[in-house]
Amino acid sequence: MPEATVTTALHSVPPISLRRRFTDHLMTGVAVLTVLLVLAPLVAIFGYLVYRGVGAIDWAFLTQTPKPVGESGGGMANAIVGSALILGIASLVGVPFGVGAGIYLAEFGRNSMGRAIRFTADVLNGVPSIVIGVAAYAMLVLHRHFSALAGGVALAIMMVPTISRTTEEMLLLVPQALREAAYGLGVPRWRTTLSITLRTATSGVITGVMLAFARVAGETAPLLFTTLGNTFWNLHIDQATAALPLQIYVYANSPYDDWHRQAWAGAFVLIVLIVTAVAAVRYAVRRGTFGAA
Amino acid sequence: MANKALPRPDMPGPQPVEQTKVTSVPVQPAAPLLRASGGEVPDRIFKSAMTACGLAVLAVLAVIVYELISGSRLSWHAFGFKFFAASDWDPVNEHFGALPFIYGTLVSSLLALIIAVPLAVGVAVFTTEMCPKGLRGPLSFFVELLAAIPSVIYGLWAMFVLVPLLGQHVQPYLQRTLGWTTLFDGPPIGYSMLAAGIILAIMIVPIVSSITREVLMVVPQHQREAVLALGATRWEMIRIGVLRNARAGILGGIILGLGRALGETMAVTMVIGNNPQIAKSLFAPGYTMASVMANEFSEATGDVYISSLIEIGLALFLVTIVVNALAQLLVWTVTRGQPARGNA
Repeated sequence: MPEATVTTALHSVPPISLRRRFTDHLMTGVAVLTVLLVLAPLVAIFGYLVYRGVGAIDWAFLTQTPKPVGESGGGMANAIVGSALILGIASLVGVPFGVGAGIYLAEFGRNSMGRAIRFTADVLNGVPSIVIGVAAYAMLVLHRHFSALAGGVALAIMMVPTISRTTEEMLLLVPQALREAAYGLGVPRWRTTLSITLRTATSGVITGVMLAFARVAGETAPLLFTTLGNTFWNLHIDQATAALPLQIYVYANSPYDDWHRQAWAGAFVLIVLIVTAVAAVRYAVRRGTFGAA
Repeated sequence: MANKALPRPDMPGPQPVEQTKVTSVPVQPAAPLLRASGGEVPDRIFKSAMTACGLAVLAVLAVIVYELISGSRLSWHAFGFKFFAASDWDPVNEHFGALPFIYGTLVSSLLALIIAVPLAVGVAVFTTEMCPKGLRGPLSFFVELLAAIPSVIYGLWAMFVLVPLLGQHVQPYLQRTLGWTTLFDGPPIGYSMLAAGIILAIMIVPIVSSITREVLMVVPQHQREAVLALGATRWEMIRIGVLRNARAGILGGIILGLGRALGETMAVTMVIGNNPQIAKSLFAPGYTMASVMANEFSEATGDVYISSLIEIGLALFLVTIVVNALAQLLVWTVTRGQPARGNA
């Protein structure tokens, strides 16, 4: 009678009690609720940003410099260009060091120094941006003066950990066989790393770079006392320079309605610039890698 | 050797290899790549250049530490340990104590954690264990989109939407219902510790939830199956089989979120009210370590003033280093050496 015993065994399993079933459904509901609660601010922020931002942008905003206090009109053209200048400096300094450190970690970093650098990069990633600003201030501003360079260096310091860790990860994804094939053809190690490994991982590395770029593009805190802000045009790297996030902050704290309008316009432009920069580079990389293959 | 056994007229076998021994100067035309790109010297140059880039990461941290310590020497000599226990902040008479800022930083961050952690863990549990596969990608994309919004835009939104909402609706309601706890005392003006805690919570949810998600995904599938086989419901499976196994990693994610909240500057500065006081009520304005640096650095005059601000920076730096290192170790023990990606 083996069949009979199985049946009785199955019957003897008590059904899941009402209380347990209720808890199960309740927790599912709670989880769905948390998702809605988390997505609500996202929708609210983007919605309000578009609502206030789109209407606030006019030609003057994109082409003129700020008007004196109390006068309405004017724009943030100098801040947009200033942000581009500061981010340019940051990328010129941060990207080579970040990618280089990533190559070191992936290709030569299987030792205690590699571990130390890896840990330092992860810790550096968590240092508050304002503290990096303070360090840049003490280093480049304190006995000199406010400059775009100091802000750029502060942002570069923030870019390096992200870039180096993603570069490392992407290089490690490249199959070992590719490297061995190159060595087998007599290609030296540096050439293998640059034109085989790094080339294969290009799109991943660039994604990492864009992540870092997007993160620092909206940074305000480290610029407050390094580039300081400026109401006029400036393209000299050793002078105080306007930056879009700084201008948004100053205008948001002002008591003028027209400046509030411009702060929203600036926020909208900032988001659009970040998103298009990231999207454009991703598109270019995708086409580039598939075109080459 | 196999090719010795099969001699062919057009292939002389291993002999040519012996004729052209591998020397430092390649003579075969089959090695143009090697010649074009040099020998060992460029290799060594390349390795040292990359090592220099790696060492630059260490150097940057060392320089930050050096600048902060040397910059705060003046204030350290003037006030010593009392700097962290005194609560007067008087730039005119050059008396500086950081206690109100430390208090503000701790309270706003803890408040943010209290709000954010249940939400973040809930989202992570939903995305890994409950939601249909097709929804998983878009959902985590949207949550991580929250992390891409610049801090100053959070602040802008909080100033024009959250603060009026709190001041006109939420605070009067809380006062009526929970006023007896004395946590919700005082005039409902919106700019408050509460506003700072809420905006911080919104900002740290993506980090905590993305790390929690990663940690939940490394819990082995057979753990879930084993608990289900014992007759557990889905929630019991999540509680016993998943969350319990992922405790250390989730704690790491929470501490990483704490690290982010401690150092967050712009959004907090824009809504906390910037008043150096220690008030029990969450409706009262406060001030944080990061905010005081943001507000006063560019206008600070006098060496002791600047030095005091740098010392606050040093204190914040040390606290976040300890917090992040701890979190990093906890996450590493679970995910085995992968970086905590939510940090990026």
